[in-house]
Amino acid sequence: MSTTTYGWLVLLFPLLGTLATAFGYRVLPGRSAGWLGTGAIFLAFLAALGALISLQGHAAGDRQMVSSLWSYASTAGIDAQMSILVDPLSVFMILVVSGVSTLIHLYSISYMDRDRGFVRYFSYLNFFVFSMLLLVLAGNFLLLIVGWAFVGAASYLLISFWYRRTTATKAGIKAFVINVVGDVGLVLGTYFIFKHTGTLDLLKTFHAAETGAFGHTAAGTNATNGGDLVAGCVLLLVGAFAKSAQIPLHTWLPDAMEGPTPVSSLIHAATMVTAGVYLIARMHPLFELAPAAQDVGAVVGAATLLIAGTIGLAQTDIKRVIAYSTMSQIGYMIMGVSVGAYAAGLFHLMTHAFFKALLFMAAGSLIGAMAGEQSLEKMGGFRKAMPFTYGCFIVGGLALSGIPPFSGFFSKDEILLVTGERGGWHWALYVVGYVGALFTAIYTFRMIFRAFHGEPVAEARELEGGHVHHAEVPRNPATGEEEDADVGFPGPVHAIAERALPMRVAMGLLALGAVGAGLIQIPKVDFVIDDFLRPSFATASGYEPHTKTGLLAIGLTLGTLIGLAGIALAYRVWVVGGRDADGRFSVAAAIQARTRPLYELFVNKWYFDEAIDLLVVRPMAATGAFARDTFERVFVDDTLVGGTTGIVRAGSAAVRAAQSGFVRYYAALLVLGVTGVGLYFLLQA
Amino acid sequence: MSIAWYLAVSAIVFSLGALGVMTRRNPLVVLLCLELMLNGGNLALIAFSRMWGNGDGQILAIVVMTVAACEVCIGLGMIVAIYRRQLPIDVDELRELQG
Amino acid sequence: MSAVLFFLAAIGVISGAVGVVVLRNPFFSVLALVAHLVSLAVLFLLLRAEFVAAVQVVVYAGAVMVLYVFVVAYVGGEGDSIGERLRGANGSLSTGGSVGSGLRLGGAIVGGALLVELLIALLGTGLEATSGYGAGYVPGPKTYGTPAYIGQLLLTRFLLVFELASFLLLIAAVGGVVLARRRGGIGEADEHETFAPLDVLRPLGTGTTAEGVGTRVGAGAGVGRQLP
Repeated sequence: MSTTTYGWLVLLFPLLGTLATAFGYRVLPGRSAGWLGTGAIFLAFLAALGALISLQGHAAGDRQMVSSLWSYASTAGIDAQMSILVDPLSVFMILVVSGVSTLIHLYSISYMDRDRGFVRYFSYLNFFVFSMLLLVLAGNFLLLIVGWAFVGAASYLLISFWYRRTTATKAGIKAFVINVVGDVGLVLGTYFIFKHTGTLDLLKTFHAAETGAFGHTAAGTNATNGGDLVAGCVLLLVGAFAKSAQIPLHTWLPDAMEGPTPVSSLIHAATMVTAGVYLIARMHPLFELAPAAQDVGAVVGAATLLIAGTIGLAQTDIKRVIAYSTMSQIGYMIMGVSVGAYAAGLFHLMTHAFFKALLFMAAGSLIGAMAGEQSLEKMGGFRKAMPFTYGCFIVGGLALSGIPPFSGFFSKDEILLVTGERGGWHWALYVVGYVGALFTAIYTFRMIFRAFHGEPVAEARELEGGHVHHAEVPRNPATGEEEDADVGFPGPVHAIAERALPMRVAMGLLALGAVGAGLIQIPKVDFVIDDFLRPSFATASGYEPHTKTGLLAIGLTLGTLIGLAGIALAYRVWVVGGRDADGRFSVAAAIQARTRPLYELFVNKWYFDEAIDLLVVRPMAATGAFARDTFERVFVDDTLVGGTTGIVRAGSAAVRAAQSGFVRYYAALLVLGVTGVGLYFLLQA
Repeated sequence: MSIAWYLAVSAIVFSLGALGVMTRRNPLVVLLCLELMLNGGNLALIAFSRMWGNGDGQILAIVVMTVAACEVCIGLGMIVAIYRRQLPIDVDELRELQG
Repeated sequence: MSAVLFFLAAIGVISGAVGVVVLRNPFFSVLALVAHLVSLAVLFLLLRAEFVAAVQVVVYAGAVMVLYVFVVAYVGGEGDSIGERLRGANGSLSTGGSVGSGLRLGGAIVGGALLVELLIALLGTGLEATSGYGAGYVPGPKTYGTPAYIGQLLLTRFLLVFELASFLLLIAAVGGVVLARRRGGIGEADEHETFAPLDVLRPLGTGTTAEGVGTRVGAGAGVGRQLP
């Protein structure tokens, strides 16, 4: 089979999975829908492997293939095909997406067990995977936008999965609205680019751009910034920021943790939020011709990783800590692909998918042991009760903090290396990157130490005694509202990894990936990712990292030291420091007291939600109210509509007066009419 | 006498009939005036038939008489039905079909 | 001679017409119409329309007016004087009366206008077509105006008209019977169910609105089955 056939198969299997689970809603017994969904994605993964093998069978220069199923719209000026682009970048992405998705589907079979919406969940999840694969396989802007929009829709469906929870539905709407802002940016950016290139096909667009469609051909340092191209690239960046939760379009990601934990693991850690990174990497020929846009991306990425890191230090909801860490790591990725470190950025995407999905899965297991409670303040001492989960947390945490030989170390430090090599003002980004790494290590291990060390809480003791804690009355963890376990709310059973084999298998495989994936791209030793992705970035300037050995050594050592320093700091504060009389951690409380304003800023998430509410939401609401009360009521209702009906009514009333009911009146009218007609003819003659 | 005289008589009779239809309140008399108008028309028809010398007008006059007979039959039947329901026999009173 | 006869007949016609319109008592109006019709028959004779004149007397004055007499005797109704009519009657509904009086005066004016106009139209100086004496006339057994002549025309050129007119008479006769039918007649409508061909396919009365509202249960609907 040809490579592109594998590509179509990769798209086909999740689509079939969606349809099968959706239409078989009533007939699929027990947990078979879960196995069906998992099987579909596993088949997609196999097809992706097939594509990989088949792709590597081609010569190095011939590894970008486009295959079109049919012509969607072909008019003068637009030729839109249903085409996919199979090249190393897309194969890389589909491998990561389908691989991690298979494991998350497997995990979900246990996690969502006995939930009333089990079948619906797998249908949505398969649909999401289909959309994400469509996005990365798209061969033209049209399918890219379609996949982009579908992914946003799937995210909404899954965030508000437990739809009877008001917090969940509000979060879903918030995510969707912000995503739509990004969609607008994406579409407008496409327009600006299309205006000059005249084609929607990706490869043709890049070729046109490189041969002067935007007025200049020199790339890299000689590029001048053509107005339309910069505008288009910045708009594409807006789309990327909305999807990847970068400042200032990031406020939806923490709220998106209202969805089930596997959803957070898949969508908001491993795949959907990386769509922005993929977009910038894919559009790199355009970005390289518009360095201003690249700089915007780098700065925003750096700002996000710093701000998200600081917020993570103060959060108490365990899922939100991991969410902010996702935001921070994606900041790294965006910064990486914006400064030209494509291979490094994408490598970090892959390793991050592994350890972040692992962390979320482990968090899901912990939340299950807490019977749905997510606050760190209520957790403690689970080390003895949940050894497997603890182990996964440690592995994921070490990988996230960038400790060798775990994978996160290699990928993150490579990004920072290339950033440093770019020189100039990028040194600031280099420093910011390491500060962010320190924060990452601190808040990650804060989370781990608070949850697993110290005195075991009641739920932990119960679990040590062999009984998973079960809440009397299910409650919304955020607001404390009472719920039930019927459809639209979480099911009655909370699964933990120690007791569910599918969860253990999935987490184990991811842990292996988190540990071992770094080995394929050790600097100066092997360049698997670099070599694999090179055909996609053939025209990228600075693709080969000229790793100056001096900077390399400094960078690697510094990264290790900072990671260890962060862990040590966290250990000091949250394990050794002990609690004071109120039950709060004494050292942490002391620091909080001394840096009160800073702490307030971090806990309130830098007041972004409030700022958006003030700047955007309230003016819109006021405009809407004005339109409704003044314009709509007075002008449209009373004047236009009321006026028209009034005129018609008056006219009918006038005409109605002629129907008096008097027969003689009618007879008189008749005779009058005859007289009139006769008069007319008389006058004529 | 020239045809014009007959036509004048016809016009007078027709107008008198029209006046009666518009003026009288008793539906029976209204129908009678309607007959007057029909007869006026008949006279005109016969006069013109004489003028042209063929029998078309006379045939039409016979048909008009037939129609008048039918119409009288139905009209009087309706008036009898109205009378039987104890409704006033007055066209000014029978005006429920109004807008 | 014929001129004298013409004027006599014309005076009879016009006074009869005036009598119909003016006379208060409807019975007198009927009688005036009879006189008018007979005078009109004389005018027809002057115009050499023998058959039509005979038909006029026999059918119109003989049958139709007799019908009128019967109905007027039965129904009667009140008359009202022309002056009262023109100025508006007292005692009737005020709104109806005032509107009615306005109508009557207006009606009179309109009728007058009609008359004037018709006279102008028919007798205008420019109209030469009507100033003649009529076509030439040769008397004979089957010539213009004779019954044979009319009969021949009816059965050859105007056959369709003849048939349609008889059809119309049939309709009027049926209509008259229907109008005069006594409602709530001699006995109640029969209760036995009529049989329609479609009943072979489904029980009688199923799917009807009556079944839906519970007025009747479709035959074979089953005992005890509750209709929604």
